[in-house]
Amino acid sequence: MNQNNNIPLSKRAVELARNNAVPIMFIIICAIFIPMAGFTPSYLINEIITRMGRNLFLVLCLLFPIMAGMGMNFAMTLGAMGAELAIILVADWQIWGIPGVVLAMILSIPFSAILGLVCGTILNMAKGREMITGYILNFFMGNGIYQMIVLYIMGSIIPIAHASIMLPRGYGIRNTVSLLNMRQCLDDLLAIRIQGVKIPVFTFILVGLFCLFIVWFRRTKLGQDMRAVGQDMEVARAAGIKVDRTRLISIMMSTVFAGIGMVIYLQNMGNLPTYTGHAQIGMFCIAALLIGGASVDKASIGNAFLGVILFHLMFIVAPNAGGFITGDSMVGEYFRVFLSYGIITVALIMYEAKKRMNKSKAGQELAQAQKEEGAR
Amino acid sequence: MTNNAAPLLQMQNIKKDFFGNQVLADINFTLGAGQVLGLCGENGAGKSTLMKILFGMDVIRETGGYGGDVLINGEKVRFSTPFDALKAGIGMVHQEFSLIPGFTATENILLNREPQKKSIISEVFGDRLNTLDYKEMDRRSGAAIDKMGVKIDANMTISSMPVGHKQFTEIARELSKDQLKLLILDEPTAVLTEKEAEALLESIRGMAAQGISVIFITHRLQEILAVCDKVVVMRDGHVVRDVPTGETSVEDITRWMVGRDVRQTAASTQARPQSGASDGRTIMSIKNLWVDMPGETVRNVTLDIKEGEILGIGGLAGQGKLGIPNGVMGLYEAGGTVEFDGGEIPLNNPRKCLDSSLAFVSEDRREVGLLLDESLEWNVAFPAMQIQDKFLKKLLGGLIKWRDEKGIHRVTQKYIDELQIKCTSSKQKAKELSGGNQQKVCLAKAFALEPKFLFVSEPTRGIDVGAKALVLESLRQFNRDSGVTVVMISSELEELRQTCDRVAIVSGGRVAGILPASASSEEFGLLMVSQVI
Repeated sequence: MNQNNNIPLSKRAVELARNNAVPIMFIIICAIFIPMAGFTPSYLINEIITRMGRNLFLVLCLLFPIMAGMGMNFAMTLGAMGAELAIILVADWQIWGIPGVVLAMILSIPFSAILGLVCGTILNMAKGREMITGYILNFFMGNGIYQMIVLYIMGSIIPIAHASIMLPRGYGIRNTVSLLNMRQCLDDLLAIRIQGVKIPVFTFILVGLFCLFIVWFRRTKLGQDMRAVGQDMEVARAAGIKVDRTRLISIMMSTVFAGIGMVIYLQNMGNLPTYTGHAQIGMFCIAALLIGGASVDKASIGNAFLGVILFHLMFIVAPNAGGFITGDSMVGEYFRVFLSYGIITVALIMYEAKKRMNKSKAGQELAQAQKEEGAR
Repeated sequence: MTNNAAPLLQMQNIKKDFFGNQVLADINFTLGAGQVLGLCGENGAGKSTLMKILFGMDVIRETGGYGGDVLINGEKVRFSTPFDALKAGIGMVHQEFSLIPGFTATENILLNREPQKKSIISEVFGDRLNTLDYKEMDRRSGAAIDKMGVKIDANMTISSMPVGHKQFTEIARELSKDQLKLLILDEPTAVLTEKEAEALLESIRGMAAQGISVIFITHRLQEILAVCDKVVVMRDGHVVRDVPTGETSVEDITRWMVGRDVRQTAASTQARPQSGASDGRTIMSIKNLWVDMPGETVRNVTLDIKEGEILGIGGLAGQGKLGIPNGVMGLYEAGGTVEFDGGEIPLNNPRKCLDSSLAFVSEDRREVGLLLDESLEWNVAFPAMQIQDKFLKKLLGGLIKWRDEKGIHRVTQKYIDELQIKCTSSKQKAKELSGGNQQKVCLAKAFALEPKFLFVSEPTRGIDVGAKALVLESLRQFNRDSGVTVVMISSELEELRQTCDRVAIVSGGRVAGILPASASSEEFGLLMVSQVI
């Protein structure tokens, strides 16, 4: 740290920019797009706040596996599926409002826990390849198991009483399940309006509590073990830490909290796209976290907040900005999809590039020092 | 305390064989509380195996257990895992570090033994949700560091520590265990600078004074004499001597270890003629080289190497002597110019170096030097096959290449004989050999390339006196018979002076000076500390 004080300000600024290249790049993109899109500031703020309430909880779930060195948890989608199963049942039982949301959260826990257990066990067999395994696993679970349950078992084996959510053929769930009766009931609790901007205070309290939990968790024995396992499994094992179990717990925690986060997400949306609701969740949350400046092995709560703001800001303005540039709103829509997938790729590449740059930087400094010496 | 009559540790008739190959036979010795025991012997003498038995390592059980008894305080024990041994009060510091890089010293010292505070949540969900008691952690790690008598920063992360402090952190971790009665140190000074080693010896004395027994394994015999109460010398799986330190000397121990007089071979080489190499042409000329090798940074090195000579590069640990060969061979990022045999060698490109007939025996034999899971034949022949298309039979005009198994076998056997590599056959896996023999395989590998120019980095690190003499002799012979230019990097000045024509001393990443091997040790010593950073 002392050395840093001797480095001139300009160099330190460059250093700062280099370390936060990904967030800075997206701040610039947003700065260009916002005027093009032509939204009013209050509309933008309103949208951002809504989306923060909707997504932050889900993004924060990703922090546990990163702590345990398992990278981005693409399989958090499994938690989302657990929540969807719970919410379909709750909708069928016609329990609405706050009690419905709370019941859905509680009901999602066993579903997500079981899915997380399966996922964690498989990831323990695929050490070092967690991300790709998780990614493929969520295809299998989503298109295989989840669809089977929702499309064939629900209504035929699991009793579904209400025809309104059932497919006309007598079993299976409709493409969309309306959650109108629990729509934004959490968000409206204690909500306040400041100059037309609605702030969902209760949802933010939940997110705040979750953040406190994460901070506290880092200080627990389990949190310490996770960090140890994340950095060096062999050393942790030699010290007597149960490595596989610790990794399993971290995935299960991530999945269970993702389930709760998904219930928050769905009550905000007000309807459940039965077969596609979970599909993009993992991808978008990971993109948001990466944009916030996180990397595969290091992420903070701050990264999650910044990431959600930047990602969704871009998400809101991109279609209009695309339309403004090309005059075709379809192109704008394409633009949005292109960007969100591109982000993950770019963020991962930039992360890798940064690692290499750091490596060669020391060498350049040496060469520089030598040159200065020669000049003297 | 309960049973003062029985010594802390007794080893009785310990026997161990690996699939019929007897590696330990009739090991007997005792160690009292607060005593320091020096354990020495050549590589492959069975020291490591003995310690593995004492520490209950899995390999012992997996390979059929051992014979004889281990007694702690007069009671027979048989550990099935290292955790049992830990419970019984035995701690071991291994040669390889076992530390979490991103944790502070304190977190590492108390890894998985952190003091904890209970809370309501942990009452419900189990002990793993106890919060850590950071104040108590600081106190305990501080106490352990104090016990050692060495100053290290408890709040520094391991990854930013110098290597010596990492070693001390490991020792402090063992010391922080309350039940610790016996500490095994496996070559703890190998990675330390002289000053750090001195501090470590001091702390061993301190531990002994507090009643902790220490088994100290090292190849530096001076250290044994300095700190141990008694010496146990092993050779070929037997204890050949068990004497109080006061009644012995380095010469005695050396003789017992190898079973012959080493000094004579050393003396004969002392008389190495100053060959005519000094007026030969310059084969390699290094200009303004910088190398970014962590812990061994090289700055602005300019060095000319003459054809046919053996040039030594010496200096204290961490001053950059290892960076020079690693940089020239392209293993670490480097800059500057290197001319070899009239042409320029591009840096950061290992393949180009090898193509221009340079070879390198790395100091890191496990990671860089060997294919541990492959046979000796493969290890010896692989680079030659890969780089020079040797040992390959061409079919269909070179479209298909077959390995020439017979040729590979022949050349491997040749080097096994020449270098006296101890192995069951040329098909044995490299990882099954002892350190000294692995080093010989590394040399054989480089020799098989038949290079014009050879870098040898720390060829004798961690190997015993007998193997050392053999390795050095084979290098000299290779230089003499094939006219190969050799650059040898070593921390041991005496060995450089015996082997080399000229010795360059690196200090603070720069060449402090080049002296003929006949210069006095005072002159070398002055150069070594001239620019230390």
